[in-house]
Amino acid sequence: MVDPRISIIDGRLRGVKDVVVVSSGKGGVGKSLTASILALTLSRRGYKAGLLDLDFTSPSTHLILGVRGTNLREEKGIIPAEVFGLRYMSIVYYTRDRSTSLRGEDLSNILIELLAVTVWGELDFLILDMPPGIGDTTLDIIKYINRSRFLLVATPSILAFSTVHKLVDLLKSQNISIIGILENMGRGDAALAKHVEDIGVKYLGTIPFDDQVEGSMGNVDRLCDTEFASSIEKLALPSILSTMSKEL
Amino acid sequence: MHEWALAEAVISTVEEVVERERYEEVFEVNLIMGELQQIDVNIIKFALKQLKKGKLGKAKFNIKTQKASFKCNVCGNIWVFNKNKFNEEVSEAIHFIPEVSHTYIKCPKCKSPDFSIVGGRGLYIGKIRGRK
Repeated sequence: MVDPRISIIDGRLRGVKDVVVVSSGKGGVGKSLTASILALTLSRRGYKAGLLDLDFTSPSTHLILGVRGTNLREEKGIIPAEVFGLRYMSIVYYTRDRSTSLRGEDLSNILIELLAVTVWGELDFLILDMPPGIGDTTLDIIKYINRSRFLLVATPSILAFSTVHKLVDLLKSQNISIIGILENMGRGDAALAKHVEDIGVKYLGTIPFDDQVEGSMGNVDRLCDTEFASSIEKLALPSILSTMSKEL
Repeated sequence: MHEWALAEAVISTVEEVVERERYEEVFEVNLIMGELQQIDVNIIKFALKQLKKGKLGKAKFNIKTQKASFKCNVCGNIWVFNKNKFNEEVSEAIHFIPEVSHTYIKCPKCKSPDFSIVGGRGLYIGKIRGRK
């Protein structure tokens, strides 16, 4: 038996110029916040941006953005929601944000289903918010969207770097493009920058711990006004846009 | 019209097989449709009819439904899917993403959400018959 969904994935993403995967080996480093702010910033800069939450067991971008429950429109596939200038897709539209425990095969099936039936249309950037680690979803993205570019997030903790290092090894071994590593909740020392340089990856800079963020969750205007957001714009955006500028 | 997206995936896959295996013409495509995804047979048949072209132009699409069943990873219980147990919203969620059954279904014996979908998940392509 052949799974018909696989062959349509490339076609569904044909109108998407660039796929940026926000990933890390560790949880709690700020991936979802980075992915959400990045998508919002691109949209506010005039780019057509989409955000796909791939953390199926612990989705959080809907909480960060303050997405209210709605049903998705169908038209020869599923049309992503239009939220705050973004095309947005998350499993919460189907789970209603209820607890959903999933094993590996289920995670792969959900990813393939969403990639096969979501009609993104024309986009400059599709931002993927990943679950932590180098498990099923990371392997599936490498397998099914080989042109993806990874933006990695770490913290100053050696534990975070250790897991990001493993992710870098995986991506390099598969010739997947790495935009760079962003340091979140920085303490102002250069330890992580040195580690990142040692493994031959671009260090994008450090975002200091931002007290404003927690109180701004669910309010995109306030989020975009935080130091975190201005740091994303200053540190991550140039690297993301520089390789795309000729094509856009 | 989620069925339309699935029909496009079927056509795209069969076209790949036709190209790879150098078929001159396809007579018949057998589809296995898992009950869990609750695909509307009439809509997908209509979509396939609209989308088929070229070497697939005269192909007949046979659709066979497969019962959906689950196996509990904790107690080993096996049971079948009963769509009548769910309201329209839940049915629709499972229709779009069958794995969200993990949100709404628990093992009837031990109440664990840790189960596997062992059959009848979604749409698969079976045997393709044609002239090479």
